[in-house]
Amino acid sequence: MLDDKDRIFKNLYGQGDFGLEGARSRGSWDGTKAILEKGRDAIVAEVKASGLRGRGGAGFPTGVKWSFMPKAVGDRPHYLVVNADESEPGTCKDREIMRNDPHLLVEGCLIAGRAMDCRAGYIYVRGEFIRERERLQAAIDQAYDAKLLGKDNVHGYDFDLYVHHGAGAYICGEEMALLESLEGKKGMPRLKPPFPANMGLYGCPTTVNNVESIAVVPDIMRRGAAWFAGIGRTNNTGTKLFCISGHVEKPCTVEEAMGIPLRELIDTHCGGVRGGWDNLLAVIPGGSSMPVIPAGSSGCDDLLMDFDGCAKHKSALGTAAVIVMDKSTDIIRAFARIAYFYKHESCGQCTPCREGMGWMWRVLTRMADGRAEKREIDMLFDVTKQIEGHTICAFGDGAAWPVQGLIRHFRPEIERRIDEYTRNSDAHGAIRVAAE
Amino acid sequence: MAKIIVDGIEVDVPPEYTLLQAAEAAGSEIPRFCYHERLSIAGNCRMCLVELVGAPKPIASCAWGVRDCRPGPNGEPPQVRTKTPMVRKAREGVMEFLLINHPLDCPICDQGGECDLQDQAMAYGVDSSRYAENKRAVEDKYIGPLVKTIMNRCIHCTRCIRFSAEVAGVPELGATGRGEDMEITTYLEQAMSSELQGNVVDLCPVGALTSKPYAFAARPWELTKTESIDVMDALGSAIRVDTRGREVMRILPRVNDDVNEEWISDKTRHVVDGLRTQRLDQPYIRQNGRLLPASWAAAFEAISAKIKATRPERIGAVAGDLAAVEEMFALKDLMTRLGAASLDCRQDGAALDPKNGRASYIFNPTVAGIEQADALLIVGSNPRREAAVLNARIRKRWRMGKFPIAVIGENADLTYAYDYLGAGSDTLAELAAGRHGFAETLKNAERPMILIGMGALARPDGAAVAALAAKAAAELGVVKDGWNGYAVLHTAASRVGALDIGFVPGAGGKSAADMTKAGASDVLFLLGADEIDVPPGAFVIYIGTHGDQGAHRADVILPGATYTEKSGLYVNTEGRPQIGSRANFPPGEAREDWAILRALSDVLGHKLPYDSLAQLRQALFMAHPHLQRIGEIAPGDAADVRKLAGQGGASEKAPFRSPVEDFYFTNPIARASAVMAECSTLAEGRSLSAAE
Repeated sequence: MLDDKDRIFKNLYGQGDFGLEGARSRGSWDGTKAILEKGRDAIVAEVKASGLRGRGGAGFPTGVKWSFMPKAVGDRPHYLVVNADESEPGTCKDREIMRNDPHLLVEGCLIAGRAMDCRAGYIYVRGEFIRERERLQAAIDQAYDAKLLGKDNVHGYDFDLYVHHGAGAYICGEEMALLESLEGKKGMPRLKPPFPANMGLYGCPTTVNNVESIAVVPDIMRRGAAWFAGIGRTNNTGTKLFCISGHVEKPCTVEEAMGIPLRELIDTHCGGVRGGWDNLLAVIPGGSSMPVIPAGSSGCDDLLMDFDGCAKHKSALGTAAVIVMDKSTDIIRAFARIAYFYKHESCGQCTPCREGMGWMWRVLTRMADGRAEKREIDMLFDVTKQIEGHTICAFGDGAAWPVQGLIRHFRPEIERRIDEYTRNSDAHGAIRVAAE
Repeated sequence: MAKIIVDGIEVDVPPEYTLLQAAEAAGSEIPRFCYHERLSIAGNCRMCLVELVGAPKPIASCAWGVRDCRPGPNGEPPQVRTKTPMVRKAREGVMEFLLINHPLDCPICDQGGECDLQDQAMAYGVDSSRYAENKRAVEDKYIGPLVKTIMNRCIHCTRCIRFSAEVAGVPELGATGRGEDMEITTYLEQAMSSELQGNVVDLCPVGALTSKPYAFAARPWELTKTESIDVMDALGSAIRVDTRGREVMRILPRVNDDVNEEWISDKTRHVVDGLRTQRLDQPYIRQNGRLLPASWAAAFEAISAKIKATRPERIGAVAGDLAAVEEMFALKDLMTRLGAASLDCRQDGAALDPKNGRASYIFNPTVAGIEQADALLIVGSNPRREAAVLNARIRKRWRMGKFPIAVIGENADLTYAYDYLGAGSDTLAELAAGRHGFAETLKNAERPMILIGMGALARPDGAAVAALAAKAAAELGVVKDGWNGYAVLHTAASRVGALDIGFVPGAGGKSAADMTKAGASDVLFLLGADEIDVPPGAFVIYIGTHGDQGAHRADVILPGATYTEKSGLYVNTEGRPQIGSRANFPPGEAREDWAILRALSDVLGHKLPYDSLAQLRQALFMAHPHLQRIGEIAPGDAADVRKLAGQGGASEKAPFRSPVEDFYFTNPIARASAVMAECSTLAEGRSLSAAE
């Protein structure tokens, strides 16, 4: 369990003041000028050494990402964009940062901006986050008033920070769609290459980072990369906000060390699985777009909550949004609902996603009733494979993986459901429904 | 150049090539729907997925540049594979997705037989469907009288959206909704207002957008295809005329990068029904004030009697806007033999004269040259209405950036931004004197252009305006070594050809305006001239195709052939001779115009010395050798423009007004077309509601 002294998010639950005074009392904005004066290369090197991997889902090393930016500012300005479009079902970490400890993010933006020679940063806040945006804006205003940001600030590095409010589309959390949306266009992912570090916002070099990745940077810089790298396992360092929802006694968002066993995480912070650990059916470890991991000795029992630990179980840490499902869950219906979410949120730009999402949802809906044929299970798996890797952005993958996980682990349940439906149908039953 | 290996074949291609282009260079065909070489890259259909060795996933070859590929570990060229099982599986997958919601209505679909989806489903699809759910149903949209929509068939390639936003410059099409609910629409279901909207039908890879006037009319495999040249404007777009039997069913564009790329205007495309209606299919003679059907012999006899009783200086001839060079050459020949010098091709009185040199009346920088230009002044022209496809070329150049445009004349929506300098010759004079801000821009440009239209030239002071424009061109560096940016934009397809062969008043001859003054002529030949008023008194011989203004005034009507019904030479506004081919035959007793003149000359006792079109062309080419180099421009001499600049003259203050008030009604064929009438009414309604 993470020591209190190692916590970065000390006001995660909003018990203290979110504002500048509170933030200062928790250590923010302390020695920021000295950090900035270390210069761009030193900051990037420190973040690289900390082993920080992006907290938005893909887990790409943040320092490496920053080093992709052009070494010198040419005729195009550099931009920092913070992805606060936290829409992944089950995920509720960035909003806690924004409403309870926004200065972590604001200070992080300044340091990250210095590390990439950006003079302006944009925070793209999810459309539904009204209070979060207000708190964040208030924090930025405080920082401006205290001359911590803006022109001629006390740090000697001019940097402007803007909050942009999205309109609530899940796809705008994809970095290229986010940039399109930020530019005022329809939120549809752009093609890569060119990558944003080369051609991003308004065609200028841009780095898009998750809120949490940026918010931990000030502490890394103050306490040193070694401290951060000392928490967790190799390649999976530092602390992480875990959002545990679903069938646990006390759902919560909690900061923990990377690599904490799932069982310890749930038992320590959430009061255990509803009905006890043996009542666990499965968890989705990283938000709805990651494959499910079933309970049992080859699944959740030895699951370590970090990037490599989840990958070992053919899943991924994603946003560390742990969705716990106990044995009362209709697992097929649950995934049909997830498929509906993806069908609803697909932007419709590219073919496999636009056409495939509806297909998966419809088949899964029938399977939830048992109104399907067993050969359709393989067909559905094939359809997910036809979507995966064939789309412009990772949305297609993120929608295909949960269905693949379901089929991989719960095929007997789907077959049982089909058998049951067939058995219970009368002379008219099954056929009548299918014909309608 | 960059090396790349496609399916084991190493090719050397420019690094900015996409993998799709590189694969084509290596001879590997890649299926595609959304990719179109003249539109921006969308990369959304995912049909063109290929395997790039080293990449974890298949990649969209239309969007991946050769320069984006990393070389192998030992510096060997990147490898692309287009025929592996992985690629085949990916294509089959995408094809299946495209087909699950595509209706199985090919038998009643107008795209059948020329459908990309059909063809590629045959080549890259699987033979059965696994999709057991209901197909998506989408409401059809109204987007105007030219484009019919069956939106169930849409595969969301967004080519139409990109075309209207990028090429046509009228961003009226867009997609609403998200995911599988995405729909292509004009938002409020208004008609599109672009003059180029018909092109979206060609661009649509499926049958979602089809031609409304051509709906259910024919199948592509029963049509005879004839490559020809358009005469609806002076651009001379390359077209393909599709006929079934005697009837022209539709007109499609051909690719000609020098002229129209692969676009044509709606007038070019949809004038088809005008070729059938209001046609003159037999000779008429006016008796007691009424036109009565007559035989060719009787008509010739009536003409002969009249001409023999008339002194040559009282005989005149006016050539219309759609006439081919051959018939004008024959008519000029006949007039010369009759001793008449009153000839004119300038119905509108444009101040263009062959004696000023060819450079004074052609579009010197050429249409393709617009893309090299770096500043443009438009004088007295509305290119959007006068040559819509050329306007798209200007817009294309403008979209590339660093292309300042200014307009003297009408302040109209040209689909690109420009500085509006003024309305008339005052502003032009000021600019020519260098007293205007834009003069600096032209002077500093490397290849500036002045585009001068008939709105400036076809007026009583046209010669003075032309001299003023030429002066501006000479003073501001528009005409310099290696670049002649003085560009005359014509509105009549026949005009440059007629000027080339000197179809203008000879010594002592009268101009069109003088010929048509009351009492000025006794006999007047109108060779398809419908844009000119002839007062009572003159005996009018109308050789033409449609019951339009000229025929109403005529005393004898000799029915001729339209541009699809004869092989004819047309010289476009650049001075580029092009040959149109015969796709069908004239109706009834109508004949090709040159043949009518040849037959008439025999009756008149001045037999023209050619018995076939080939002999006529031989004589024409002997007299005007530059016309035989088909497709090639005989460049004008830049000195002519400088000479023109010295002519001077007094210009009036009246504002320049484009002669094309109604884009859809510029010639007798278009005026006979019900489709054009519908478009015109719609356009009129739009301008009315805009004014309100």
